[in-house]
Amino acid sequence: MTDNVDHGKRRILIAATAAVGGVAAAGAGAPFVLSLQPSERAKAAGAPVEVDISSIEPGSMISIEWQGKPVWILRRTREMLDLLPKHDADLADPSSSIPQQPEYCNNPTRSIKPEVLVVLGVCTHLGCSPTFRPEVAPADLGAQWAGGWFCPCHGSRFDLAARVFKGVPAPTNLIIPPHMYLSETRLLIGDDDKSKLEGGQPADKGAAA
Amino acid sequence: MKAIKKVIVWAMLACMPVLANASEGGVHLDKAPLNLQDQASLQRGAKLFTSRCLACHSASAMRYNRLNDIGMSDDQIRAELELPEDVKVGSTMQAAMDSNSAKMAYGVAPPDLSVIARSRSADWLYTYMRTFYTDPSKVSGWNNTVFPSVAMPFVLADMQGEQAMEDGHLALKTPGSMSVAEYDNAIADLTNYLVFMSEPAILVRHQIGWIVLIFLSILLILMYALKKEIWKDIH
Amino acid sequence: MMNLLKNLIGWIDERFPLVSTWKAHLSEYYAPKNFNFWYFFGGLALLVLVIQILSGIFLTMNYKPDALFAFSSVEYIMRDVQWGWLLRYIHSTGASMFFVVIYLHMFRGLMYGSYRKPRELLWIIGMIIYLALMGEAFMGYLLPWGQMSFWGAQVIVNLFASVPFIGPDLAIMIRGDFVVSDITLNRFFALHVVAIPLVLVLIIVAHLVALHEVGSNNPDGVEIKKHKDANGVPLDGVPFFPYMVVKDGVAAVVFLMVFSAVVFFAPDMGGYFLEYNNFVPANPMKTPEHIAPVWYFTPYYAILRAVPPMFGSQFPGVVAMGVATVIFFALPWLDRGPVKSIRYRGPIYKTFLAAFVVSFVGLGYLGLMPATETYTLISRILAVVYFAFFFLMPWYTKIDACKPEPDRVTSK
Repeated sequence: MTDNVDHGKRRILIAATAAVGGVAAAGAGAPFVLSLQPSERAKAAGAPVEVDISSIEPGSMISIEWQGKPVWILRRTREMLDLLPKHDADLADPSSSIPQQPEYCNNPTRSIKPEVLVVLGVCTHLGCSPTFRPEVAPADLGAQWAGGWFCPCHGSRFDLAARVFKGVPAPTNLIIPPHMYLSETRLLIGDDDKSKLEGGQPADKGAAA
Repeated sequence: MKAIKKVIVWAMLACMPVLANASEGGVHLDKAPLNLQDQASLQRGAKLFTSRCLACHSASAMRYNRLNDIGMSDDQIRAELELPEDVKVGSTMQAAMDSNSAKMAYGVAPPDLSVIARSRSADWLYTYMRTFYTDPSKVSGWNNTVFPSVAMPFVLADMQGEQAMEDGHLALKTPGSMSVAEYDNAIADLTNYLVFMSEPAILVRHQIGWIVLIFLSILLILMYALKKEIWKDIH
Repeated sequence: MMNLLKNLIGWIDERFPLVSTWKAHLSEYYAPKNFNFWYFFGGLALLVLVIQILSGIFLTMNYKPDALFAFSSVEYIMRDVQWGWLLRYIHSTGASMFFVVIYLHMFRGLMYGSYRKPRELLWIIGMIIYLALMGEAFMGYLLPWGQMSFWGAQVIVNLFASVPFIGPDLAIMIRGDFVVSDITLNRFFALHVVAIPLVLVLIIVAHLVALHEVGSNNPDGVEIKKHKDANGVPLDGVPFFPYMVVKDGVAAVVFLMVFSAVVFFAPDMGGYFLEYNNFVPANPMKTPEHIAPVWYFTPYYAILRAVPPMFGSQFPGVVAMGVATVIFFALPWLDRGPVKSIRYRGPIYKTFLAAFVVSFVGLGYLGLMPATETYTLISRILAVVYFAFFFLMPWYTKIDACKPEPDRVTSK
């Protein structure tokens, strides 16, 4: 019965069918896996947020929500900016070599405008939101403290350019989200596609919460 | 005998009329001239819908940016649909009037229209929007041939004009800003849009369907050849 | 590479009956070589089960089992979830296809006497699967929370209220409330997503174990195990792997083509698979003009409506509907014929079977229609035919002039 079996043909046929069947299975499985990606509702909720920064006093910070997370906007004073390069030796990544920021923020102040820092307020250790400690040399943080953020969960410290100190649990500088200026006082957080700025108006913006 | 049985079964299946959808006691429905490939028509329908219907009705499952699928960019959506500044293009289509006020005004909350073309047929919607007539005996002053005693007033009277029921058929008493042909076209666009809005995926599922079927045919040929080859062993 | 694989299989086989299971149930499990078209549907049912479970899992990731959010969460899936529309259509089409496949699978059993000794238990387990499947479909249908979902559930649960004495309390316990409500929705969700699928999978395993114990029947109704060769291999048997696997593979691809055609081109199926009225959110204040269950329940629904109220109670109709569903269990003992397969039966059996098919399909159609006087009359006649097939079977199978069953399978 099985004498005149063409094994070569059989093998090719099995291989071809398996291959095409594999593609079919992949094609059938793809929508299932892709359905795990953010839905339109998630994308809409995570849309870029516009902020008016004109009322932020020098030295103070506001916190707005973008994609469910806090984004801090700090208007740094001249003194704060002058102090930034002084403690580079204590920082784990003083020159921001690890890409925790868009390239337009890969500079000593980690910002587009030197005085305005836009940073995601989520600790790079395990995700708590650090507290703002702008005061110099408070009792609990020590004489070396020149202002920055302190994370209460496990003690990580970041300077006023959101760079992480050495010897703390957090491994990297805080993330700078994509952002761009719509005008001197209007900041769009979550989008940096300048092509949408036709005639000064972006394609779509929403008011900050 | 089995053959006869099969014939009986198929004959019965063939006689089965398609389940009637919500028709009102056999009122004649005009055929809606649908064309979901006509993006211009869909866009005109979208504009008419958002400018006139969203005043009272919501379409809360429909996001404005879904109109990207019918060829409108986010910019165009904002501009042509006249979205207010604070309405994001990714937000859902909400009614201008809140449902409680609407219920008080019209006696019943205007239904959400997200899937209206799936519960009412396109033909029904096309006929409905063109067969309102004045009826002093009704609170709203309006009645409709396919939806008797409907609570909705005829909000497009400015476009179609006013019809009255005379001897069992409709006659245009007061003309509107559009001719009969223009108004029918506008409603055709609106119906087209409502069908799209009720199931945006309809634009892609046919295309994908063909690809899937063609691919499976190839797989079928291979599978069958493999079966034949393996079964050479038997007998 | 091959050596590595061999070693791995050997390691597993020392600790787990891998090779022996492979042999016993696949490469050395023998199926009759005269399997025809009607023998595809068991395997296809397994395929549909997998499809339903996979699509169901992903739907559950996005669906909200709350009366306020259920309907809109389905539209969320249809529009906002990436490829959600495809997941939904796969699941809704799969539900109907499950019943198409199962009804054809059961019909094969009727035609070829697959319920006869020694397969009575196999048949009973299969019938339990059928009942579980009906429950699963019924619970699943409430979840979209449309008008048909709500009112269909309301009507069917109210049937339980017609049971004498315990009825009303039974209905309240099923619903968890005085009417079908958010509470009912939540518990039907738990049953549909977790409880019944688990039970279903377990019973299906039992079904396959029972099948493999006695071996498959075949279109000629002869027992292939009667004639074995020197090695104990049935002369008319072929190893399930690779022969039946590759044959079922062809059937699977054909099935998937039909399935895809529906999913991509006609998911509504003219209102039969996705009913028009179910695109209206459930409104407990407004009963639709025309309530009908989904097509796969309509034969039994027609029988329910055909029986008039007696002694002021709908219960006789409920009993008739229940008997119509479970009478299949009795088949192995109702059938007194000398042969298994329709191929060797006489004209009386063939007539009754044909009449049964006409009644089943006819009742199915009538169950979709409003209960007018004429339709009710025809339903009554067809219901009588339906029951006659079963209740008269001990008599007509005995007197029927059958042909002699062959010794070996034939190739028809």
